[in-house]
Amino acid sequence: MRIFVSLLCGLIFGAGLYISGMIDPQKVLGFLDIWAIADGGWDPSLAFVMGGGLIVAIPFFQFAKNRDEALCGGKMGLPTNRKIDRKLIVGGLLFGAGWGLVGYCPGPAISALAFGQTDTIIFVAAMLVGMVACRVSRLN
Amino acid sequence: MENFTPVSALIGGGLIGLASGIYLLLNGRIAGISGIVGGLLGRGGNDTGSATFERLAFVIGLIAGPLFLLIASPITATSLVTSPMPIIVIGGLLVGFGTTLGSGCTSGHGICGLSRFSTRSLVATVSFMGAGFVTVLVTRHLIGGL
Repeated sequence: MRIFVSLLCGLIFGAGLYISGMIDPQKVLGFLDIWAIADGGWDPSLAFVMGGGLIVAIPFFQFAKNRDEALCGGKMGLPTNRKIDRKLIVGGLLFGAGWGLVGYCPGPAISALAFGQTDTIIFVAAMLVGMVACRVSRLN
Repeated sequence: MENFTPVSALIGGGLIGLASGIYLLLNGRIAGISGIVGGLLGRGGNDTGSATFERLAFVIGLIAGPLFLLIASPITATSLVTSPMPIIVIGGLLVGFGTTLGSGCTSGHGICGLSRFSTRSLVATVSFMGAGFVTVLVTRHLIGGL
């Protein structure tokens, strides 16, 4: 059951990335380019994706906060780490730099593998190497 | 703003929120893509039993969803990468390293974290959004052409 739920959630999540346009790096870069507001070239779509996502997700998360157990069994695995430290901020800055360079964050990069493009495959491979490198360095 | 697509953005965003909400409520897990993918790379530590298969199923769905829409629906999409190869590699390395160091990405911190009103996730989201804005300022406006 848990595996079926995971597959279903992956399908819905991927469909959301596709329909929202976030699977396209150019759409993401069009949002990150707030400097184009002046000449009317800015694309605020990503903010609407975040907004739509939050409107739907907030009730689920607030409801789950008061539960100890997930509906399919097992504990409600909400994060307990509240530390705001250098790792969190430096990690965010490095991630944001890579995101701004190409226009892919992890979700859209994985979903875009559906297009079978070499550039996407290389980006995902480099991303996996980056993840392993951080683990191996024991910085995380 | 000729590229602005508010309706499809809201609908797609809603689906992302729905998937994150169901995943938490039913499986008790955070739909953070960097975390799910990172957990498949081993050395995850506390994965037991079906956890690996759950992660794998999510990733398969994440690729199969768009693949299905691409083949069987009238909705078209592109995923255009315009960066030169060295930049693609550097970008991928930074995204992988940064999301692991910062324990999350746009989904884990941005959608899930903000939905539970986490200050830690808000700080992370401001960090990566800020870095994204500055990076695009540099590549598109200061040096151009990347």
